[in-house]
Amino acid sequence: MSDIALTPNAFEAHHGGHEHEHHDADHKPGFFARWFMSTNHKDIGTLYLIFAITAGIIGGAISGLMRAELMHPGIQYLGYWANTLNHIRGGGDVNMDQARHLWNVLVTAHGLIMVFFMVMPAMIGGFGNWFVPLMIGAPDMAFPRMNNISFWLLIPSFTLLLASPFFGGADGGAGTGWTVYAPLSTQEAGPSVDMAILSLHLAGASSILGAINFITTIFNMRAPGMTLHKMPLFVWSVLVTAFLLLLALPVLAAAITMLLTDRNFGTTFFQAEGGGDPILYQHLFWFFGHPEVYIMILPGFGMISQIIATFSKKPVFGYLGMAYAMVAIGVVGFIVWAHHMFTTGLSVNTKMYFTAATMVIAVPTGIKIFSWIATMWGGSLSFKTPMVWAMGFIFMFTVGGVTGVVLANGGVDDYMQDTYYVVAHFHYVLSLGAVFSLFAGFYYWFPKMSGRMYNEFLGHVHFWVFFIGVNVLFFPMHFLGLQGMPRRYPDYPNAFEYFNKFATIGYMIMAAGMAVFFINLIWSLFAGKKAPNNPWGEGATTLEWTLSSPPPFHQFETLPVIDAGDSHHH
Amino acid sequence: MRFIGVKTAMLAAGLMLAGAGQAAPQAPTAPPPATAATPAAPTTAAPAATTTAASGAKATPAAATPAANDPLLSMDGAPPMKPTAGIGQPVDGEIGLQPQVTKNGERAAWFHNGPLLWTITIISVFVLILLLIVIVRFNRRANPVPSKTAHNTMIEVVWTLLPVVILVLLAIPSIGLLQAQFAPPPKNAITLKVTGNQWYWTYSYPDNGGFEITANLLKEKDEVGPGERARTDDDGPRLLAVDNRVVLPVGVPIRLITTSADVIHSWAMPAFWIKLDAVPGRLNETSFTIEKPGLYFGQCSELCGPKHAYMPIAVEAVPLDLYNKWVVAKGGKVAGAADPAAAPAAANASAPADANAAAPADNMTAPDNAAAGNSTGQ
Repeated sequence: MSDIALTPNAFEAHHGGHEHEHHDADHKPGFFARWFMSTNHKDIGTLYLIFAITAGIIGGAISGLMRAELMHPGIQYLGYWANTLNHIRGGGDVNMDQARHLWNVLVTAHGLIMVFFMVMPAMIGGFGNWFVPLMIGAPDMAFPRMNNISFWLLIPSFTLLLASPFFGGADGGAGTGWTVYAPLSTQEAGPSVDMAILSLHLAGASSILGAINFITTIFNMRAPGMTLHKMPLFVWSVLVTAFLLLLALPVLAAAITMLLTDRNFGTTFFQAEGGGDPILYQHLFWFFGHPEVYIMILPGFGMISQIIATFSKKPVFGYLGMAYAMVAIGVVGFIVWAHHMFTTGLSVNTKMYFTAATMVIAVPTGIKIFSWIATMWGGSLSFKTPMVWAMGFIFMFTVGGVTGVVLANGGVDDYMQDTYYVVAHFHYVLSLGAVFSLFAGFYYWFPKMSGRMYNEFLGHVHFWVFFIGVNVLFFPMHFLGLQGMPRRYPDYPNAFEYFNKFATIGYMIMAAGMAVFFINLIWSLFAGKKAPNNPWGEGATTLEWTLSSPPPFHQFETLPVIDAGDSHHH
Repeated sequence: MRFIGVKTAMLAAGLMLAGAGQAAPQAPTAPPPATAATPAAPTTAAPAATTTAASGAKATPAAATPAANDPLLSMDGAPPMKPTAGIGQPVDGEIGLQPQVTKNGERAAWFHNGPLLWTITIISVFVLILLLIVIVRFNRRANPVPSKTAHNTMIEVVWTLLPVVILVLLAIPSIGLLQAQFAPPPKNAITLKVTGNQWYWTYSYPDNGGFEITANLLKEKDEVGPGERARTDDDGPRLLAVDNRVVLPVGVPIRLITTSADVIHSWAMPAFWIKLDAVPGRLNETSFTIEKPGLYFGQCSELCGPKHAYMPIAVEAVPLDLYNKWVVAKGGKVAGAADPAAAPAAANASAPADANAAAPADNMTAPDNAAAGNSTGQ
């Protein structure tokens, strides 16, 4: 981001002063007060990242169970797992249907965990908390105590979700899918679904508070001279994401509250027999659910922009276009929701509208892809680990994006809806898009956050093994979908075996890649080289690289001044 | 397909005699909830054809329904139409769409395999090539001094407008496809009403007297209980074969109506390019015309509980005259049949909602000779 031209002298003055005079700036509270009562944006960011990694391990392990079961046709392990689970609940062996119910519980848990407890906390809570204040030159978030409650709400929320399968006896667990569609979700007895709903309520409240915090921070706490049009693109991405959260999550809260009263208090919002409508739930859910898709990817866009610019030693190409492309994606993202409902019996005009509107999103997305490539064009690229992840992101997100263009066509989607083609599509944009950007960001900022360098070799090994693994895992799912294999099936006709076996092998490769990541993480934390303030050189122009690694406990007590020169218009 | 057509036609001609013989004694009595297929003595317990004219069919297959009554079952009760590999079912290792047997399906498949697949492949490869060029030409060693170019209005306009043009070009056939899919079926369309249940499908034929059939998954040999019929390869692949197939005529527009008795299900038939959710409290409608006789399989496509993967769909598409005979054998009525009394009732049954109300009391209209003549002429 060369558009942010610092006045280093002013900053250096502050920095020097801080070490010698303001001892309180780096005074850290005791362990309990620091980590359990934290109001410091960096510590809260760290907590979010630890939380997200933990949730990612659990959610990833669940997908491992599912891939194991799906490797061959027939029910392999499900009965055994269901018996084990029921023994933990204090019951006996389960019947076949209860075992199959466990499959739906696993599907549901994997989706909810990855969306609400891995990707969102990592991107917005983790990197957003860590780097939005640093990048805009702010000492902390606008509401540090609210920041604390945003994080700590996630703990009971996640606990509720993880505990839900252990209640409700042999039929326990929420087997509704992450969409919690009525009336399946209102039909399932026992406390499990209620626990899942309350879990979503808490996670939603956490996100809304976080969104308010980010919007306030970004609007009010930018350093002098940092206009909106000079903000780093990662900050732009978090700003747009925060607005999406603020507008979308209350709708989810309303929908699942109605679900809760339908389940417990005799209302019939979504019950046909009482004059309600199951399709109403889907409209409400996807009015939240589609913006949610962009909530999960926009911060990733922001991170990729920073990383591509840094390692190309070039400013981001078409900065304004990049920023407003994200705004456009955010706005249009609110008016395309019913493309998730093409087979629910929508009218022809509705399907035509949602087809056309959905295709429009490809335009700003294309602007972003091409601008990233143009940023690299003419650059002087160094292929450090964050950069290879970012370049992997660009290609994988393109592949996931173009299958989105296929699915956007209402008339075509009738075939693919609820098949593995959709599973492939959204794992390409999430598991290969969002997750690649998370790894890119993690390696990019790991030296800044930890004060130590990661191992470059292991980082590259991680990338290549993971890259091959996820492609072997998810690409064959397109073929399964085109051959008609439906989603959320624990068993399938034998003719789907070949590519399912492929996918499971891909999972194993990916898991090996993750092992490399954790080895690298632990090794680097304890034995990594000390990181300089800016390990990435002249390409890294945002404010966090002017600080020490890790930054002082409190930074920018004297605000940095951003050069008023209109540098990005040359 | 041709092979099967001849075989089924011959079979039907023979079975017609049996059907006529049975219809005669039943017609005068016809108690109100007439079960169409009771009179003959149980021949075998194997084919669990649960044909009931009354609503509320149970999921459990009724034992002992005479096979001889159903022209689509051979004398030993096995279905004569065998599944064809590669048609109406998935093929292991195959990477493309299933072959389409409806006009709209062919059109959609063309749109997918042609414009869409080419566009997305070219775009993906284009991005990949650009990335490779960047890696080769602009790495640190090849290009030590980076340029400072951060703007080029012309190229930004191009990469905004070019995708717009591509998307408009894709939108035109896409909108056209939607229009075709939503074209209302003609008056002579035959209505199939599908009700999703946990975890089986019930089908009723409102235009044919409103009789119902229930389709359950056929379990494997090692899974069936005593007296239950196990799947054979002639029934279809594992997890796709059902005890009672939906029978539909070839070349006649079908009006598909879906609803549900409990949670949301989705009636999906890849070979027809049809997927329509079955939603409680709603009647969803679409239409299609099957072009080729054959056996087509699909699966429930909306999460509906523990046995979501265990409520498959099997459609047996047969020539119209054979369909008519099957309808009659099931206790239904045939539109435009020789019996003038039956015709208007069937023709007027276009309103789907009250289709079930069509009482099955007079359902045993004798099979007309004209139809029998047609079938031999095939």
